[in-house]
Amino acid sequence: AVVSTQSGHYGRGIVKFVVGLQQPDGSFYGDVWGEVDTRFTFCAFATLALLGRLDECDLDAGVGFILRCRNFDGAFGCTPGSESHGGQVYCCVGALSIAGQLHLIDTEQLGWWLSERQLESGGLNGRPEKLPDVCYSWWVLASLKIIGKAHWIDKGKLVRFILASQDEETGGFADRPGDCVDPFHTLFGLAGLSLLGESSLAKINPVLCMPQRVIDKLSIKLEIINPYV
Amino acid sequence: KQWYQRRVAITAGSERALKLTTDAIDLNTANYTVWHYRREILKALKCDLEDEFRFTAQVIESQPKSYQVWHHRRCLIQMTKDPSRELGLTESTLSDDAKNYHAWDHRQWVLEQYGLWDGEFDYIEMLLQRDLRNNSAWNHRYFVVNSTDKWNHETVKKELEYAAKYIRKAPNNESSWNYANGIIKKNKFSYDEFPEFIDFCIKLDEDKILSPFLYSTLADIYQASGKSKRAHELYEKLKECDSIREKYWIYKQNLL
Repeated sequence: AVVSTQSGHYGRGIVKFVVGLQQPDGSFYGDVWGEVDTRFTFCAFATLALLGRLDECDLDAGVGFILRCRNFDGAFGCTPGSESHGGQVYCCVGALSIAGQLHLIDTEQLGWWLSERQLESGGLNGRPEKLPDVCYSWWVLASLKIIGKAHWIDKGKLVRFILASQDEETGGFADRPGDCVDPFHTLFGLAGLSLLGESSLAKINPVLCMPQRVIDKLSIKLEIINPYV
Repeated sequence: KQWYQRRVAITAGSERALKLTTDAIDLNTANYTVWHYRREILKALKCDLEDEFRFTAQVIESQPKSYQVWHHRRCLIQMTKDPSRELGLTESTLSDDAKNYHAWDHRQWVLEQYGLWDGEFDYIEMLLQRDLRNNSAWNHRYFVVNSTDKWNHETVKKELEYAAKYIRKAPNNESSWNYANGIIKKNKFSYDEFPEFIDFCIKLDEDKILSPFLYSTLADIYQASGKSKRAHELYEKLKECDSIREKYWIYKQNLL
């Protein structure tokens, strides 16, 4: 279905809409009503890349905006000056991966900031001094994976944290052990476990949060840094 | 038919249509289409937006993490060019949750747009006195300095003294260490340009303060000044006291 939209009617409309949301400073609105956030840069890049039309936006300007959202701690926020946040880091790192610009990241500094998200419980938080949350098993871990530093956290401890966040009666995953389960945390718990090498799960692509076998069928380049180089 | 009626109501602009959007927002604050219609109706009715500021503040109080209500608030300010309520609003939201990401983003936007910097350092100081581990407040300090001053040697030195004051109170606070190390690195200075800060770190170590952030900073300082053996010893310490990140400390050790 995705492949057929590349040359189809819907593809053209989508590309026009997304490209039209880019602003002179390189950022993207989320819709015509003007909210700016690096989440929308990631969505824009991903949408255009999946349709094979990434070159139709101003990629350099988009990358320039992301870099202006990088903070003194080496991580990224939603707009220039906003606090570094695991979810925003994923969006910025993912966008830079799609744009083929991962070399612009200080992977040592960012990798360390991301590894500091792991608490004694094994879970990951999204910012310093916040509680761990299973969804950061995706945002933070995928970011680490993309920049080749996933081995900088204790994988065994994280696996145990994610599994402990399940509801043993109903199934599903919650944000942390003991809380109510929901589809959002179930998705990211499973995605995190796949990244951690859980053999019963399909291999997941850390940039687009889609099965790798789906990505392999598309002619889309997603940069991932080899951890062993 | 309902859809058509709604469109007519919006174009005409009516109190009833406005009430409809109020009800819809109550059911789902995240419905950005409804917020958009609401703005169109407000413009058509040429409302005095005093009531709307009050309404939005109420929604923010019950749903402080809604992207849509904060965006609506920004639109109101853009429509009225009146930011006078916003520092108070964000201060109130942050007194319930000092790390509310939306409130901080909104506050920063207002400060930058309208240059309302007076008193902001006092506000940050108050927040850090309340909780020196508030990472949002540390980030905000960087933002305010960055917007109002130049990051020259004197500024960095002064900010390092500020960070050191809080590091002494809580040596295991990631935020204060990130701030200190970050302002040096981001502004392309090196540790040896700030001997007082180096002495401060060495003194903490001599006082046997147990802090992975201290050891990590000192290791970077020693590595930069060619004291690889001392850096190596610190990484051995880190592999033990911060074993969850053992592979990172091994990486840093191998760089020596």
